[in-house]
Amino acid sequence: MKLSGARIITECLLEQGVDTVFGYPGVSIIRVYDELYKKRGKIKHILTAHEQGAAHAADGYARATGRTGVCLATSGPGATNLVTGIAAAFMDSSPVVFITCNVDEALLGRDAFQEVDITGISMPITKCSYLVRSAGELAGTIREAFALASGGRPGPVLVDVTYNATVEKAEYAYLPKEEHFGRGRSERLMRRGEKVLTQPETDIRDVKRLAEMLKSSERPLIMAGGGVIRSAGAAETLRRVCREHGIPAVSTMMGLGALPSDDGLFLGMAGMYGSDAANRAVGQCDLLIAVGVRFSDRVTGDAGSFAPGAKTVHVDIDRAEINKNVLTAHHIVGDAGKVLSLLSAELKGYGAPPWAEKDGDRELSAPERIIKTVEKLAPGAVIVTDVGQHQLWTCRTFGFSRPGQLITSGGFGAMGFGLGAAIGARIGVKDTPVIHITGDGSFRMNSPELATAARYGLKIISVIMDNSSLGLVRQKQAAEYGGRFYQTELAGGPDYVLLARAYGLRGERAENEKEFETLLSDMLRSGKGGIIDCITDKDEMI
Amino acid sequence: MSSSAKLTRQTLSVLVENSAGVLSQVTRLFSRKGYNIESLAVGTTDDARVSRITVILKGTDRMAEQIAAQLNKLMPVISVQILTGKKAIYREFVMLKVKADGKDARDEIMQIVNVFRAAIVDISRSSLMIAITGDEEKTEAFIKLMSDFGLIEIARTGLIAMERGDGSIRDLSKDRAEYELGKSI
Repeated sequence: MKLSGARIITECLLEQGVDTVFGYPGVSIIRVYDELYKKRGKIKHILTAHEQGAAHAADGYARATGRTGVCLATSGPGATNLVTGIAAAFMDSSPVVFITCNVDEALLGRDAFQEVDITGISMPITKCSYLVRSAGELAGTIREAFALASGGRPGPVLVDVTYNATVEKAEYAYLPKEEHFGRGRSERLMRRGEKVLTQPETDIRDVKRLAEMLKSSERPLIMAGGGVIRSAGAAETLRRVCREHGIPAVSTMMGLGALPSDDGLFLGMAGMYGSDAANRAVGQCDLLIAVGVRFSDRVTGDAGSFAPGAKTVHVDIDRAEINKNVLTAHHIVGDAGKVLSLLSAELKGYGAPPWAEKDGDRELSAPERIIKTVEKLAPGAVIVTDVGQHQLWTCRTFGFSRPGQLITSGGFGAMGFGLGAAIGARIGVKDTPVIHITGDGSFRMNSPELATAARYGLKIISVIMDNSSLGLVRQKQAAEYGGRFYQTELAGGPDYVLLARAYGLRGERAENEKEFETLLSDMLRSGKGGIIDCITDKDEMI
Repeated sequence: MSSSAKLTRQTLSVLVENSAGVLSQVTRLFSRKGYNIESLAVGTTDDARVSRITVILKGTDRMAEQIAAQLNKLMPVISVQILTGKKAIYREFVMLKVKADGKDARDEIMQIVNVFRAAIVDISRSSLMIAITGDEEKTEAFIKLMSDFGLIEIARTGLIAMERGDGSIRDLSKDRAEYELGKSI
């Protein structure tokens, strides 16, 4: 059957079972929007206020649901506005397919109106970026893009389609998703690039060696990273391995939720802003089993002196992560969940000597007490953060209990990530409250997305830790730059309460913890989302 | 990255799908890591859809392994091979135009050309164009000798390399690469 390229794009989205896309229209992509109009009963399009918001929303949707997010934008500025969002998804291995349209093929490279080389721009921040110049290539490319985004180590993929390719007609035949690997481009890739599309097969000899290392170690420690969150069922397996064999564990920021915070073996988050117990354990262990981590500098500090007394074993799905930042004694390439199950089978009857201890209760700072109040009132909520002090207070203090509960821009650290991601999460998960914890600096970067929340009646509660400053940078200026607070004080910013109300949302201000508790509990009960502006002392530090 | 590790010449052979932008995808990885490419040679293979890229860089073994692992992640990359020292044969092709004013200079150049088994491919009243093939040592030595006469211009293909013996770069499928690339560092 001959269909227009634009129609083929929408048919391919349906093949993938996509029912929600995030985006922003423009002239180059108008044909695709015309086809989406005809499919509006099957595919819901969420219009954001800015393409960056759409990118973060598709990313947040993917992180909250485990499904591949889809984001559409037009050529030129539409495409470049996605860039921060693509990079955020890339750094945290979130599966998102970005579809942009470009100018007509005949105009490519002539600096036409709204033309930009987005495939080139996005090359370093995607698993792959494609330029499609004819309708005939569309179906194969889009199928490949989806396979790639979710296969192996997940991540963003970009497909840029020239305008003419959306107009012209090409042969299209429906192909169920299960058969994509057997035909066309994906089939060719499977023959030679299987690993990037599917989970690599783990070598059992590698696992046996790890089991031996464990059995001869005195102070073993597991470090769980984002890979444990991304791999379906891996967190469950990790919990079983830790409990059955008494192996203590720490997590990275991206790994929070892999183990429940109240588990006796979970020592907290490791790294620069981590817990004392976690960092002490990393310093003292003699065997560090790092699962699905990439040894970010925020975790290791100086990579050369990281975990000085330990043999490090790295388990990762991405071969290129091995020995990238930290030299390892042994490694296993494979899916976190599968490797942990294989390991568990090798460890029958093994029990680690008890050696690590959790931190006792510590005194919480005022902002941390706000976070604890959120946990008390909405323990199961999906928590979405922006980037800064509030993010670190949240990661240190909130007791996460399940994988995917925390959605944060850990690797890229993109301020302005939160509200868009919360929109995506809100659309992806139905029955759980979605709470967006942010700072005034991050919030005002993408606050126009309040329009999106209002337009679709999305109940998101944004808790703004409002210290009228860029707290994390300011804190560094206090500690290392003689208190020369330059360009980090934001006094005179908008009145966030009025701002929320201007969008038809609820806007409240909490001057103290008691007021906050009353407001949050009221807002959780009511049907309407909005913001709570929590006045925070700018000298609070993390 | 330990700075004490020895910097040596690292050769990477990369088999890639012939698609738009593949060369920039490959070279980008080097610049992103801050590695300098010393030489780069690209050409098609027996299969017209597949090209072979040979990249030479000065670096540690770990740098080469890291780049190889990153290259393997690129979709158009079919296989990657790290070639080391004596395990491989290296060649490059050089064309140079050199001043040859008068008979004496011309005779002397022709003698050197004969010794090096190079070839004179063009001749004019006051210059010669010479083509030479060889490994880096040979071509460098030849260029050095020629520079005494005055080089007008020079063009080099950059080194290409191939492993000795029966093996083929095609044996290094992405799956097998895991065990070929620095499993026990």
